[in-house]
Amino acid sequence: MTMHDLVQAAAGGLLIGAASAGVLLLKGRIAGISGIVSGTLFGPREAWRVTFVLGLLLGGLLLAKVAPSAVAAPADRSWPTIVLAGLLVGFGTRHGSGCTSGHGVCGLGRLSPRSGAATATFMATGFATASLVHLLGTGSA
Amino acid sequence: MPMATPRHDSVPSHLPLIVSAVAGFVFALGLGLAGMTQADKVIAFLNLAGDWDPSLAVVMTTALVVYAPAYRLYQRRRTPMLGGDCQVPTHVQLDRPLLVGAAIFGVGWALGGYCPGPGVVAVMAGPSTAWLFVAAMALGMLGHAKLMRQLERQL
Repeated sequence: MTMHDLVQAAAGGLLIGAASAGVLLLKGRIAGISGIVSGTLFGPREAWRVTFVLGLLLGGLLLAKVAPSAVAAPADRSWPTIVLAGLLVGFGTRHGSGCTSGHGVCGLGRLSPRSGAATATFMATGFATASLVHLLGTGSA
Repeated sequence: MPMATPRHDSVPSHLPLIVSAVAGFVFALGLGLAGMTQADKVIAFLNLAGDWDPSLAVVMTTALVVYAPAYRLYQRRRTPMLGGDCQVPTHVQLDRPLLVGAAIFGVGWALGGYCPGPGVVAVMAGPSTAWLFVAAMALGMLGHAKLMRQLERQL
């Protein structure tokens, strides 16, 4: 981790906060990506969610052009692990009503006790899982 | 508390859609800049047993620095600037699904190094792994909805 990393992380966070604040102030909605994505795919389909996802995808396209190294897959996770990861993230975010953006930014930003608890929980299991996987030496999990 | 007058009729109907598309675009750039779309960086942040990279802790912090004051402004206004209704959750009670779901999400996040936003962004920019992740995530979301419907029918 370098100073450069920290500055970029801080700047990225500012953009994320700004985009989320925009959604709140202009549309009165929570910029929780898990809800936005599941709503777009499976309903209730609100037009602003669909265009938000399109914006995400366009942003991804730009990143691919100007900073391809900013997007990278995990080096040593097998495809079954990726599939399991996706299933758990999909199920867990729906069951828990949110993810890092919905709970971690929007929820904490409005001092929601629910989001505080949720964030603490997914951070805890996140830390535990990554650390355990490393310790078990199953780098090719 | 003074209420801002809704200006539904003065806002072109396509403006909210442009605004949300721009928001999504900026959000994606933020994720990319922050390093959230680099799965290994996320895993390095979550892996306390290895060469710990704490830089992602800064991401949520600076996001909150912007968002928290914006929320206070929102509370004073109580009306979205582009009209329409507000859908900000108001219940505060913790429940089991919240905590169980969050726990499960955290495990998946650490296993793949992706959470929903970065996954979607990576689909356009990155590797086929991102497609696999997002497809599985969609399946997980669908599976949850079906499971809940099934459980509701049984009650």
